[in-house]
Amino acid sequence: MNKKRLSAAAAMLAATTALVACSSDGGGGATTTSGSGASNCTNTIPKKNLPVVTMWGWYPNMQLVVDNFNKQNGEVQVCWTNVGQGSDEYDKFQTAVSAGTGAPDVIMIEMDRIPTFQIQSALVDIKKYGFDAVKADYSEGAWKDVSVGDAVYGVPVDGGPMAMIYRKDIFKKYDITPPKTWAEYEQAAQKMKDAGGPAFGDFAANVSALTMALQIQKGAAPFTYDPAQQSSIGVKLNDQASKDVLDYWGRLAKKGLVGTQDQFTPEYISGVINGKYATYVSAAWAPGYLTGAGVGKGKDTGKFAVAPLPQWDPDNPVQVNWGGSAFSVTSQAKNPELAAKAAYGLYADKESLTHGWTNQIIFPLNLKALNDPEFVNLKVAFFDGQQANKEVYVPAANAYQGVTYSPFGQFYFDAMTKQVSALIEGSVTGVQAADKLQEDVAKYAEEQGFTVQ
Amino acid sequence: MRGKVRLREHVMGWLFVGPFGIVFLTLLIAPLAYALYLSLFQKKLIGGTSFVFLDNYVKAFTDPSFISGSWFVIRFSLVSIPLQIIMALALALILDAVTSLFSRFSRLMIFLPYAIPTVIGAVMWGFLYSKSFGPLTDLFGLFGATPPDFLGSNLIFYGLVNIVTWQWAGYYMIILYAALQGIDPALYEAARMDGAGKWQIALRIKIPLIAPALLLILVFSLIGTLQFFNEPQILRSLAAGTIGPDFTPNMYAYQQAFALANFNYGSAISFALGGVVFVGVYGFLFLTRKRRSFL
Repeated sequence: MNKKRLSAAAAMLAATTALVACSSDGGGGATTTSGSGASNCTNTIPKKNLPVVTMWGWYPNMQLVVDNFNKQNGEVQVCWTNVGQGSDEYDKFQTAVSAGTGAPDVIMIEMDRIPTFQIQSALVDIKKYGFDAVKADYSEGAWKDVSVGDAVYGVPVDGGPMAMIYRKDIFKKYDITPPKTWAEYEQAAQKMKDAGGPAFGDFAANVSALTMALQIQKGAAPFTYDPAQQSSIGVKLNDQASKDVLDYWGRLAKKGLVGTQDQFTPEYISGVINGKYATYVSAAWAPGYLTGAGVGKGKDTGKFAVAPLPQWDPDNPVQVNWGGSAFSVTSQAKNPELAAKAAYGLYADKESLTHGWTNQIIFPLNLKALNDPEFVNLKVAFFDGQQANKEVYVPAANAYQGVTYSPFGQFYFDAMTKQVSALIEGSVTGVQAADKLQEDVAKYAEEQGFTVQ
Repeated sequence: MRGKVRLREHVMGWLFVGPFGIVFLTLLIAPLAYALYLSLFQKKLIGGTSFVFLDNYVKAFTDPSFISGSWFVIRFSLVSIPLQIIMALALALILDAVTSLFSRFSRLMIFLPYAIPTVIGAVMWGFLYSKSFGPLTDLFGLFGATPPDFLGSNLIFYGLVNIVTWQWAGYYMIILYAALQGIDPALYEAARMDGAGKWQIALRIKIPLIAPALLLILVFSLIGTLQFFNEPQILRSLAAGTIGPDFTPNMYAYQQAFALANFNYGSAISFALGGVVFVGVYGFLFLTRKRRSFL
């Protein structure tokens, strides 16, 4: 009897040990899928004897880009995983940074997030790893957006010069010409509404980066920040320009001239497909995104066109940027030099770049592509053969001045979402929203140890 | 001799408890202790980590985000829990009284939503609530009306009440149904002899006898609702404006820890939420303490 009990207990203990072993295996597996190990790549590595660099990225054609790189490179191979787009990836990276382990060697990151991770020493200055060789491949402005002070924390890949995408058929039906200023935009919206037309555009709470860009266009400078003086930051989110832009869009939303649907949702895409929005104020990567989501196909083929971004002052036009990404080397990279080789080389070969811009997945920042006549003169299928690059996007990109981003981008964007949501609801005015935003962000900055100016 | 046997039984006892003990210590107690430890520190982007003792808790209980989130889940509990339990009780009583093939089929169908993972359920409801391609649109379109926007800030509360009720009422129904099946039928016979009707049997015999099971599901649902996370977190990707990152305390803790890297404050919020849950549940049990209860 006793013996039986003992062996039962022993068996159970053995079973538990097996379980524990299993779970620790599971844990190991989980870290490799999150990208820190080289054993679990989405791509297959052709040259098995070479050292491997891990990377996270979400460009829709990333597989092809990585394959091209691996094929052409004789020094290093890239093991790529897609761990999610935007915030999903940043949350994982942030956790890995805090944990001190689990991050990839190279990471795709939007330029506005670089200071957020740089201040945590999560990124490596790649200036000493072959910067001079590729310096001439990108414009000064492009380098500025990936630099903090003199240090370079990423290799620019794509930019997001902004423009106004519109539906030709709807504009024609309501006899509207593309507005050149925001005042004309409002008038056109009113005209369309009076004629019983659809919403003229969309003012969404979940696209803070877009709202920020529109504020910057009117002259706002949200953050001033000198990396040599890390502990001090200027936060100016309630200057007149910021207030005016929030007021403008709040008024359009209140009058029902524009929709207030969250973007990048099935709801919004179905609205775009069904012609619920006459314009889409967005960046150069938008056509690729929309095409991927099923817009502009079938009966909607050739209905879209693009015009330059409306201006506040047509005599002094200002061009702004939304999004755009870079490849950065993380400070968890075992061999930063090799990782930098991958960061510099990925998406920099002609084949990948051409695939990227012909499919409008990226608006390239690499001058080899940007100055390529084929790129400039491209007749874009999504825009019914319009030479969108030559007419709109390239001039916008050339006029773009660069922006200083904040080292707490996530908090700022969340706080902005909250205020824009309240503005759409009508519980605050644009001025109040800007003041509250200033208060929230300044308070957070102080809590984080900054001196706020 | 006797002592030896006792010692052996002792060892045996520990061996049996061991497997559970190991899992309990490593997966529950250790993380809790670590989170408690983390919650006593503060890490700033400028200035690094410092020991702040209870400052994070003081901050949490004066933080409008935490207070409004807690208030939301408390209100949510007050509305959704009675609704779920009344529905579950009514369904259990009906299914207990009626026995046919149809009732067995209904039982399965009512229980089915529980078998769907909450995340999938939330995604599904996100589509059902859609203004442009949800069934509500067609339904209201028949009368030429615009459908209600359950993902908008006015109706999100009821949109979520509906999802939670759909998901959990069936599960609670099964628990109550099982409790009802455990009642000795002789009691019903005796009641009928004394002249009790169907209603009286249900109200005076069945419900009092399953009171412990009712209390059990009340406590379960209270704890679950105060920790509300999955559904709003999923619907956030469809309605980020309506559902902020501080919508519920659990979401706020997640946001602080994993998006803003404030693991210390995130831990403090988790513990503060634990405090709210403890006070809520203990208060509830104290109010309902009776001759005998399951605790």
